[in-house]
Amino acid sequence: MADAEVIPIGSGGRPGRGSGRRTTPSAAARALAGPGNGKPKKPKVKTADSKASGTSGTDETVTQLPSDAVSGARVTEDGSTRSSSTRTESRGPDLGALAGLAGLDFAALEKAARDLFGADGERRIAEWFAFLRRRLTGEYEVDEFGFDSDLTDQILLPLLRPLAEKWFRVEVRGVENIPETGSALIVANHSGTMPLDGLITQLIVADHTNRPLRTLAADLVFRTPFVGEWSRKGGATLANNDDAERLLRQGNLVGVWPEGFKGLGKPFSERYKLQRFGRGGFVSAAMRTGVPIVPCSIVGAEEIYPLVGNLSSLARLMGVPYVPVTPFFPLLGPLGLIPLPSKWLIEFGEPIRTDEFPDGAADDPMLVFNVTDQVRETIQQTLYTLLVQRRSVFF
Amino acid sequence: MVTGVSRDAGARCARRLADDPSIGTVLGIDVVPPRAELGRVRFVRADIRNPVIAKVIAAEGVDTVVHTGVVATPGSAGGRSSMKEINVIGTMQLLAACQKAPGVAKLVVKSSTTVYGAGPRDPAMFTEEMAPRAIAQTGLSKDAVEVEGYVRGFARRRPDVCVTTLRMANWIGPKTDSPMTRYFGLPVVPTVFGYDARLQFLHEDDGIEAIHHATVNEIPGTFNLAGDGVLALSQAIRRLGRPVVRLPSFTASSTAAAVRRARLADFSPDQITFLTYGRVVDTTRMRSDFGFEPQFTTAEAFEEFRQSLGPGAATQVTSLLTSGLGAFRG
Repeated sequence: MADAEVIPIGSGGRPGRGSGRRTTPSAAARALAGPGNGKPKKPKVKTADSKASGTSGTDETVTQLPSDAVSGARVTEDGSTRSSSTRTESRGPDLGALAGLAGLDFAALEKAARDLFGADGERRIAEWFAFLRRRLTGEYEVDEFGFDSDLTDQILLPLLRPLAEKWFRVEVRGVENIPETGSALIVANHSGTMPLDGLITQLIVADHTNRPLRTLAADLVFRTPFVGEWSRKGGATLANNDDAERLLRQGNLVGVWPEGFKGLGKPFSERYKLQRFGRGGFVSAAMRTGVPIVPCSIVGAEEIYPLVGNLSSLARLMGVPYVPVTPFFPLLGPLGLIPLPSKWLIEFGEPIRTDEFPDGAADDPMLVFNVTDQVRETIQQTLYTLLVQRRSVFF
Repeated sequence: MVTGVSRDAGARCARRLADDPSIGTVLGIDVVPPRAELGRVRFVRADIRNPVIAKVIAAEGVDTVVHTGVVATPGSAGGRSSMKEINVIGTMQLLAACQKAPGVAKLVVKSSTTVYGAGPRDPAMFTEEMAPRAIAQTGLSKDAVEVEGYVRGFARRRPDVCVTTLRMANWIGPKTDSPMTRYFGLPVVPTVFGYDARLQFLHEDDGIEAIHHATVNEIPGTFNLAGDGVLALSQAIRRLGRPVVRLPSFTASSTAAAVRRARLADFSPDQITFLTYGRVVDTTRMRSDFGFEPQFTTAEAFEEFRQSLGPGAATQVTSLLTSGLGAFRG
């Protein structure tokens, strides 16, 4: 079956009851033709519809399962009012939807869907079910890094979007500095105890450029169950030169947070003070591939989990770099895991070109360190500017 | 001369080579007689773990040795120690014999991508130069590393011999019987909770063609061979339509032991880490230097395998459900 095939809802079946005979629409359907309100149970029926229209093996097995179908039809033949009235006792206002379910009234459902989700609601629901079916049958593509663009676009980014837009109210500047085509290395400051800034940046880049941001993550991420699995599916890969260069050669936007855990787990008192930028590996990767480096300054992530302490012996025991203590974290338990709603500003700076350096520049440590410092200084200065512009931490 | 012809892969390689009119005689070597039909292949019952192999090479005037005798399954070899014996000591003896035989001009070794190991610190794709980051202490993975070590040593001592090492991804296809195909054939497929491995497969026909290609051409070097594209483990199981049970990692070895005891599939620890973290190899040099183009991508090879396996329980349930709902709709 084709991948992104959109199946219009209800087009495969006749309107009316599911008895297999040509009948006029049921009384319930006619009642529904007025102001339809039927939200519950709809998706379930739709799945059936989209699946049935997509399955080829329907015909042979139809005869094997008559009892269910017949009984369903019998009930509605007597008059759907009775069958539905028995059920309405338990759930009052959803009469239309229940009748629709009993008789599988597709015309009514279609109309209800349109009423509920607007003109293109039907298309959206159909797309969503097409997505669901792709997931269940495994008919999607995963690239060699394990990036699952289907899942990322449909599930991961939509889940992050409210967090970025409503909770952190991210303000983005300088998106034009990200090249529209070709690869670029986006280098950003890391902060906030949990790498939420990476996820938010990924969303921002995806939303503003329509291109996925492929992030580079520490090996701890891939060692951790679930986190590793979902990071790979979300486009992350291990932060090393081989992977970075491979991604850049393929023309991707690559995001890197060279401070790593030093930046992520620094105490709150040192907020917005950039740590050492790794060993400059990201610069040599950019130089070897000749792609521009886009400095990215993120303000706001420092305040989401103010790190005031570190249970270092527990951290050593668990094999993680730090176990954070925030004003709320072990104290309030899981409630402490809710990030504080700080106001975020993200600015993408002017790209630093690396294609003009002579060959072998990547193997010149002095030059690499200089460029690393240049990137670091740019981000640090931009951070100060943005901090001055931000009215307060939360607004 | 082809080693390891008692098993299916070796026998098919030998048959493929015998079918080529440009190759004179094909000798098949193994300890036990092959079950499969060998056709034009002349079978010689000899043990590569025994110095007698040198006499066979000398007597028959062998000029090309194709070593497919590395065993992946301890069960079929009669236990892990016996498997190691065949893989490591067998290779040592074979190479020692080759070194003494002036007539040998070419050596083709069927290795595997397990030499790269599997772990969280792995790069996304392994090229031929990369060293493994995490290597299991036992199992096929270690054997393959040691075998390749001896092959490199041999290539150093006999620079006149053209040595081709083929690191192949897991073979898959209707006729292949390996731990991997057994695993996907389980009625309920266990996976490690919280991890999703990336897998690459090589279709069995491509594998045989590649060995033939290496035998008839002079292409020294080490090459990764795999079909294009990647399947995630969860995705592969969904395509099979089999129910999956996700077990936490600490139960993995006991599950593997239970599966082994039930004689359903044969798992070693390195295969568990492989199914946890997965492994992907870069096949650029397969095309550019080795000049080989696989007929099947990973997904196509897997599809072929799926068709041979029959529908899984989950597919049956959904088809029953859809047909039921279809009947319901009329």
